[in-house]
Amino acid sequence: MSISLEGVNKHFGQFQALKDISLDIPDGQLTGLLGPSGSGKTTLLRIIAGLESAEHGRILFHGKDVTRLHVRERRVGFVFQHYALFRHMTVAQNIAFGLEVLPRAQRPPAAEIRRQVADLLEMVQLGHLSSRYPAQLSGGQKQRIALARALAMKPEILLLDEPFGALDAKVRKDLRRWLRALHDELHFTSVFVTHDQEEALELSDRVVVMSAGKIEQVGGPQALYAEPESRFVFDFLGHVNVLGGSLEQQRLSQGDAWVQMPEGVDCAGEMQLYLRPHEVRLQNCPALHAHLPLRIESISLIGAEVRLELTPCGWDAQEPWEVGISHVEFNRWQPQRGDRCYAVPDVGHLFGIEQTRPRTLNWVED
Amino acid sequence: MSRNLVGFASASQNKPGKRVLPGFALSLGISLLFIGLILLLPLTGLIMQTSGMSLAEYWAVITDERVVSSYKVTLWAAAIASLFNGVVGLLLAWVLVRYEFWGKPLVDALMDLPFALPTAVAGITLAALFSEGGWYGQFLTALGIKVAFTPLGIVVAMSFTSLPFVVRTVQPVLEDLAPEDEEAAVSMGAGDWTVFRRILFPALWPALMSGVALSFTRSLGEFGAVIFIAGNMPYVSEITSLMIFVRLQEYDYAAASAIASVVLMASLVLLLAINLWQARYLRRLHGR
Repeated sequence: MSISLEGVNKHFGQFQALKDISLDIPDGQLTGLLGPSGSGKTTLLRIIAGLESAEHGRILFHGKDVTRLHVRERRVGFVFQHYALFRHMTVAQNIAFGLEVLPRAQRPPAAEIRRQVADLLEMVQLGHLSSRYPAQLSGGQKQRIALARALAMKPEILLLDEPFGALDAKVRKDLRRWLRALHDELHFTSVFVTHDQEEALELSDRVVVMSAGKIEQVGGPQALYAEPESRFVFDFLGHVNVLGGSLEQQRLSQGDAWVQMPEGVDCAGEMQLYLRPHEVRLQNCPALHAHLPLRIESISLIGAEVRLELTPCGWDAQEPWEVGISHVEFNRWQPQRGDRCYAVPDVGHLFGIEQTRPRTLNWVED
Repeated sequence: MSRNLVGFASASQNKPGKRVLPGFALSLGISLLFIGLILLLPLTGLIMQTSGMSLAEYWAVITDERVVSSYKVTLWAAAIASLFNGVVGLLLAWVLVRYEFWGKPLVDALMDLPFALPTAVAGITLAALFSEGGWYGQFLTALGIKVAFTPLGIVVAMSFTSLPFVVRTVQPVLEDLAPEDEEAAVSMGAGDWTVFRRILFPALWPALMSGVALSFTRSLGEFGAVIFIAGNMPYVSEITSLMIFVRLQEYDYAAASAIASVVLMASLVLLLAINLWQARYLRRLHGR
C-alpha cells in the first residue's frame, strides 16, 4: 500500500516540527527516514501512523484520504523504540492482543488465535519463549516480539521508530539483516526512522534525508552518497574532508595548501572543496595539481580498510581529515603517527559560499 | 604498569566483601533502634498488659457479644469505605495526572487535607454537615436517607479520613506509565475502555490494592472522626476503637489491650498478605 503526504505541517507550541512536507512512499518498499535528532523524522512517522495529527495537508494510503482517520482505523503496524511490550502479559498474550481486541464479528476463534500466535513466534524464531514475561527477555528478543505483535494484524504498512536504537552493535546488525529478509519475504510497505546513516543506507530501498523539519533529499542509497544535492546531505552522510579557501586563476588556496582546478573551471571567489575519504589518495610527496600537507594523528586498523585521521600542516580545517587506505597499502607504506604526508584528490565537489548545490570536479584523466 | 596496579590496590585497601556505600552499619543501627523504641516496644507493652489475663478471660473479653458486633460494624464500614475510596481515589489520581486544568495545584494540595486535619475536627464537621438540619443532611433527609448517627455515618467518616492513601499511592505509578503502551494498544485497534481495562488497570492494580489496604487498615483503627458521627448505639453503631475507649474509662487496661490486640492482629495480617501478593506480582513485571 503506497503512502502519500501532501503539504503536511506540524507545530509543537512555537516550534515548527514539520514544514510543508510532501512525500510519496511507493508500495512494497523499505524506506528510511534519516536525520539528526530534532529533524522531525519521528513526528513524521507518528503522523503517518495517526498518533499525531497533521495541521495542514493530507495523508493518503493507496490514494485514499486517511487524514481524519483515527489510529485505530488506520490499520498500520507500529514498532516503538523501547518496544512498549505489555509487562503484565506473557509473550504469547502480547502477540495475541491485537487479534483479541478485534470486534466480535472479525475476531478469529481462540484456537485460531493460538495457531496464528504460534506461527508468528516461529517467524521471529522465538517459539520457545511464548510463556515468558517481557522482563525476562533480552533487548533483541523484545524487539522481535514487538515486531511479531505489530505483524499479527497483517498490516499492509509497517512503521518502525528507531527500531534498533536501544540495542548493542552486534544485535543491531543481526536484526537489521533479519528485518530486511522478512521484508523481502512479506512485501509490506515499511517506513523506519533512524539517525544512523549506515543503517539507513544498508537497509533501505529509498532514503529520505531530513533536517530541521524539511526534506533535504530523497533517493536510493547509492545516489544519495554519490550525488548529494546539498551541503547538509554531504555532511550528514559519511565523513567529508573540507578545504575552504579563495579561488583565483583556477587555483584554490589557503595558507600552505592549494589545489589546481581541472580545465573548464572559470569561477572565482571564496569556495569550499568537499572530498569524500575514498576520493583522496595519500602520498609521500605532493602531486602536480595539489599541495595538501597533513600530519597523521591516529590510525584505526579495525574494518575493511585502515582509517587515518589527519591534521592540516600550515593551513586550517574545522574538522580533521579522514582518509581510508587498504590494508595492503598500509603494510607496504607502514605510516606512523606523526608522519607527514600529502593528500591528492581524484574527485571533488566544489561549493560556492552561497551555493547549496556542488559542482563535481574530476582530476583523473580517462 | 603492573606495579602501579598493585600500589593502587593496596593504597585504597579495598577488602573483598566491603560495601561501597558508606554508613551502612550506622544507618541500619539507628533505624533498628527507632523501630524498637517507637514500634516494637509499645506493641510488646500491649501484649504484656494482656498477659495478666488467663486464656479463658482473654477469650471472654474479645468474644463479648457487644464487642463482636462492634467488630462486624467496623469491618463492614471499613470495607465499604475503602472500596469506595478505591474507586474515587483512582478517579482523583487519574484527573490529577492526566488532565491540565486551572487550579490543579490547589486541588492536588487539598488531597492531603484529611491527613492534616485533626480527626476530631473532621468528625464534628461531618456530623454537623450530615445531621438532619445540616447542609447535606437536609437534602438527604428529604430523600429518606439518614447518615448522621447511623452506620452509614461511620462509612462517611472512614472514607473521608483515609482517601489520601489511595490517591497518593496510585498517583506516582500513573505518572510513570509510559504513553507508548497505550499508543501501542490503540494502534492495534483497541478501544478506550479496552486500553484501560487491559493495559492501564493491570499496571495500576498493585498500587491500587496497597492503597485500598492502607485505607482499610486505617479505617479499622479510626476513632476521632467516627465517634462524633456514629451515634454510638450499642450493637448498631459502636466501633471497636470505641469499645477499647470504654474499657479504658472503666480502668480495665487488660481488657482494652486485649481488644486492641485483635485490631492489631487483623491489620498486621492484612498488610503482610498484601505485601506478599504485591511482591509476587511485581516480580513478574520486573523479571526476577
